[in-house]
Amino acid sequence: MRLVGVRGVSKVFANGVKALAGVSLDVQAGEFLSVLGPSGCGKSTLLRLIAGLAQPTTGTIDWSDEGGRGDLGFVFQEPTLMPWATALANVALPLKLRGIAKGEREARAAEALENVGLKGFERVWPRELSGGMKMRVSLARALVVQPRLLLMDEPFAALDEITRHRLNDDLLALWQRSGVTIVFVTHSVFESVFLSQRIVVMTARPGRVSAELAVTTPHPRSQAFRTSAEYAAWCRKASSRLGEAMAA
Amino acid sequence: MTGAKVIAPIVLGVLMLALWEGIVRAVGIPPYILPGPILVAKTLVADWSTLEPSLLVTVRITLEALAAAVVIGGLLAILFSLSRWIELSLFPYAIILQVTPIVAIAPLIIVWADNVELSLLICAWLVAFFPILSNTILGLRSVDPNLLDLFQLYGAGRWRTLADLRLPAALPYFLGGLRISGGLALIGAVVAEFVAGTGGNASGLAWRILESGYQLKIPRMFAALVLISATGIVIFLLLSWLSHLLLRRWHESALVTER
Repeated sequence: MRLVGVRGVSKVFANGVKALAGVSLDVQAGEFLSVLGPSGCGKSTLLRLIAGLAQPTTGTIDWSDEGGRGDLGFVFQEPTLMPWATALANVALPLKLRGIAKGEREARAAEALENVGLKGFERVWPRELSGGMKMRVSLARALVVQPRLLLMDEPFAALDEITRHRLNDDLLALWQRSGVTIVFVTHSVFESVFLSQRIVVMTARPGRVSAELAVTTPHPRSQAFRTSAEYAAWCRKASSRLGEAMAA
Repeated sequence: MTGAKVIAPIVLGVLMLALWEGIVRAVGIPPYILPGPILVAKTLVADWSTLEPSLLVTVRITLEALAAAVVIGGLLAILFSLSRWIELSLFPYAIILQVTPIVAIAPLIIVWADNVELSLLICAWLVAFFPILSNTILGLRSVDPNLLDLFQLYGAGRWRTLADLRLPAALPYFLGGLRISGGLALIGAVVAEFVAGTGGNASGLAWRILESGYQLKIPRMFAALVLISATGIVIFLLLSWLSHLLLRRWHESALVTER
């Protein structure tokens, strides 16, 4: 079942830069979709358009049911935490902005922190957390509203490889447990292959969809998958699609 | 290290005072040219009944001007952050007020305001409010654009965004401006009183300095100077302490770590 459809969307910024040119893609409910492309191909812009944070110049974003967008989760490249608020208050922010009472939002925020493996860190300030833990708080904040769709904009790009692998594993576990739909923007072939069921490859600016690749290896995917020949074959395939996209 | 931070300047200060006293005595400099520190201290005690009311006047004007600077500078900054048009129209005038020397406008203000204390207050406020205004504006604008997106994503309005995002983000900047303004309010109060040059019961430390100059009571002039400096130092320490209290848990400026 389709959750949201991007229909012939173009985006031209006020300064004349063409970020996207005629992008169409469907996001199926419950899937893990990666958008893979070179830096500056408009991937982030695409996420902002889906989130409704910006309007397309032409084209439309179609939500499958009349409820429209509903609550979304958004995870940025940086953790984007409020330094003046504890981990718990940061996670509770979307609920606070939605006008949910203090008791309930703190209980739900505590649960969301527990789900990302940060039980006991409720009263900790962002500056006391490592990069990976900050990203976990950011993830908990995106999930606290129990969104149907989670948009992630190269969230682990700035982390070291060990932390990134662990967060990838935990993200997959969360995805399988919650049934949330994920659109994951990345410039890493390896990350997109490991995580997703489907990869949409985009060209350099202005961004267009150049290829789609279904990564049919079933989930759950273990550590063994990372070193398997199968994984290497998928990476080779995705790499060559990306190469074609960049040459186009 | 913290011990050395306190002891080193104190030792230096005591040595300099001793040197000063020694030179004054050895050379026999008359007190109406340069009084020694001991005489200044004695005068401070002996003339306390004259100096204390003046100190209170100066402190009162300084604090009132600082409070007005916080309220008006802060509110203007918020107003500017809410409306680009208001900012575009008003900010150049705030800069004109800031760059015009207070000594040059003070006579005009003294003519316009119908009592001396009010005119001193206006002068001190004029000097003090700009750092708070410009720093707070900077702070209100230095908000992480991704956090702004997040507030928009969850439907926060302009006031909610102001209260929960822009104001906390601006707090360190505001406090930085406040520390500058604290010193400037005192300078404004003293300078304005020099320009006003009025005596009477409600006169501050600047008038005591002028008066001591006329009467060649140089030790009293020094005593008044000591009180002005002490007031400035106390204001600075109090504002630094306030800043530390408000920021210590989250802001980098209050972070104590060993690297």
